[in-house]
Amino acid sequence: MTARQRLSQSRILWSLVALACLLLFNLFFTPHFFRIEIREGHLYGNLIDILKNGAPIMLLAIGMTLVIATRGIDISVGSVVAISAGAVAVLLGGDLAGNPKYPIVVAMGAALLISTAAGMWNGMLVSRIGMQPIIATLILFVAGRGIAMVFTNAMVIWLYVKPFAILGQGYLFGLPFSIYIVLFMLIVTWLFTRRTSLGLFIEAVGINPKAARLSGINAKNILFWIYTFSGFCAGISGLIVCSTIMSADGNNAGNLFELDAILAVVLGGTSLNGGKFYLVGSMIGALIIQTLTTTIYAFGVPPEISQVVKALVVYAVCLMQSEEFRARVAGLFRRKAVAA
Amino acid sequence: MNRKPLVGSANLPILVTLGLFIAMFALGSIAFRNFFSVQNFLNLFINEAYLLILAVGMTFVIISGGIDLSVGSMLGFFTMLLASLVEKSHMSPVLAIPLVLLVGTVMGFLMGYLIHEFKIPPFIVTLAGLYLARGLCYVVSIDTIAFKNKFFLAIASARIPVFWDSFLSVGAIIAIVVVLAGLFVARSTKYGRTVYAIGGNEQSAVLMGLPVARTKMAIYAVSGFCSALAGIVFTFFTLSGYALDGKGMELDTIATVVIGGTLLTGGVGNILGTMLGVLVYGTIQVLIVFQGTLNAWWTRIVIGFLVFVFVLMQRIFESARAARGAKQHPPQAPAVKAVSTAKGT
Repeated sequence: MTARQRLSQSRILWSLVALACLLLFNLFFTPHFFRIEIREGHLYGNLIDILKNGAPIMLLAIGMTLVIATRGIDISVGSVVAISAGAVAVLLGGDLAGNPKYPIVVAMGAALLISTAAGMWNGMLVSRIGMQPIIATLILFVAGRGIAMVFTNAMVIWLYVKPFAILGQGYLFGLPFSIYIVLFMLIVTWLFTRRTSLGLFIEAVGINPKAARLSGINAKNILFWIYTFSGFCAGISGLIVCSTIMSADGNNAGNLFELDAILAVVLGGTSLNGGKFYLVGSMIGALIIQTLTTTIYAFGVPPEISQVVKALVVYAVCLMQSEEFRARVAGLFRRKAVAA
Repeated sequence: MNRKPLVGSANLPILVTLGLFIAMFALGSIAFRNFFSVQNFLNLFINEAYLLILAVGMTFVIISGGIDLSVGSMLGFFTMLLASLVEKSHMSPVLAIPLVLLVGTVMGFLMGYLIHEFKIPPFIVTLAGLYLARGLCYVVSIDTIAFKNKFFLAIASARIPVFWDSFLSVGAIIAIVVVLAGLFVARSTKYGRTVYAIGGNEQSAVLMGLPVARTKMAIYAVSGFCSALAGIVFTFFTLSGYALDGKGMELDTIATVVIGGTLLTGGVGNILGTMLGVLVYGTIQVLIVFQGTLNAWWTRIVIGFLVFVFVLMQRIFESARAARGAKQHPPQAPAVKAVSTAKGT
């Protein structure tokens, strides 16, 4: 009984089961889903595509996991992706010969700096001014897209700088380059939160900010840097998005990413009420979303309608996490058992 | 006993909003010719009619301590639904409009049900609602649907004369009626007072025996109704259903409510302030149009900035009030404690 309880309470297990179910569904109903080919020394196939296309959301989910662990939310990440993509595109310039206006490293560094500053803005509003996270990040959620449009002068900028494409389209040892960036960020974040006491502090702030402060944790600073980190992650994500399609569109880059990132974190077992967080779970959550999207595409459903499916998944997940709902369902079963 | 100063400082933001509106209108009148006219003032109601309707629904939601992020895409969905019913299914607008309003109310109610019954945070329920409604737009139709129905076009182009050759549209009249109804409900009904009580302290409201469950679900149902009504009014402008209608309008709505002096923490707010917030928003847009060289995206940036300023102002008022409250009533806290322990034993 206890072993079963422990198993059913393991949050990551449930997300793994969900992912396995999706893959199993594809094994039977989508032809050639698992086929992986080697072309020009790279691996090709649906599974590789899922990893590659999921990378931007996985990066956002790393930052979002920590934000949600502090009982916060960052709905500005999609707009920050647009800002980062817009900034790097403007700095590289749309030169047809492929000569960058500024060196690639400088352009990327500047874009990351701007996104980190955006995160700092959110962090300041939440930690110093004490705004509710949803409102604080709502400001940038809308103004951010306006800023991105002002950067790019409301035009779509196409890039022809070849080396920049490596970030989103390149391969290393046969796997997409972006996956290594995700892995690097994941490992660094994992080490910082699990091999130092930082993770514990974050969870303490999420469970009870007052108690955390009274036990000597500088909750304000932790909140500030968590939101800053989320902005930084959104910046990297923006670079990859921009590099994948080699263009920046302030209106559509990173559109709806915030929901995907939140959904990934929630699917991964981190509760929206803050507290315990699961970085690896969030990565699995992001993969579930990407697999779902790929499956929906494979079935020829218009991509816009996939929003309906995602929204229904969010509702289902929230209901499963809701204690009231679980109690009611459990009550139903108990009543049945009594009747039998 | 704590009530009096609370209301006093709650009125201050409304005065600030009123001052802001007058200052902006005056600025426009000085800077641009043809800006100052009765019609230009009434145009604010005509052009922002749908926003005004959304904002009234949102004010109740925010006063209750919740948030509704779904209003923008709900509006988009209802423009599509109405257009599809009237033009594709050839339903009379007389039937289609009440049907759309009913669907809006039911969708809002369902969100309220999830929020109250299963204690799921409002913003996540309505954020999912945002994506659900937007996706449903495309389920109705991928293409834009234009209105050709004669009755509908007649309503949309009707001009109701007011005074001095000025006029209002049907949409503006509906919006003004919604504002008046909102004012009445907030001030003079049991329901309105319950909304304020829930926002002030939900647990106390429950202990007072107020119908919290019913009211909370009704708040989101009303917001859904307002989204549907705003969607209908929106089609009077665009004369079409378009799947991207109302994109990002949820923040505009929340922004106008905040600029109108409603506290995001709940419990404090005023429909009149919300109306002033919408007028400020409309004036910014008119100013940017009159100015001519600024990118329309600047509206977004200015609105984001104004929200920041007003939320900051609210925080300052709150901390000032907390400081004053602590100074004025230091002995009250133990008295309350004594009562609660007496109850406990």
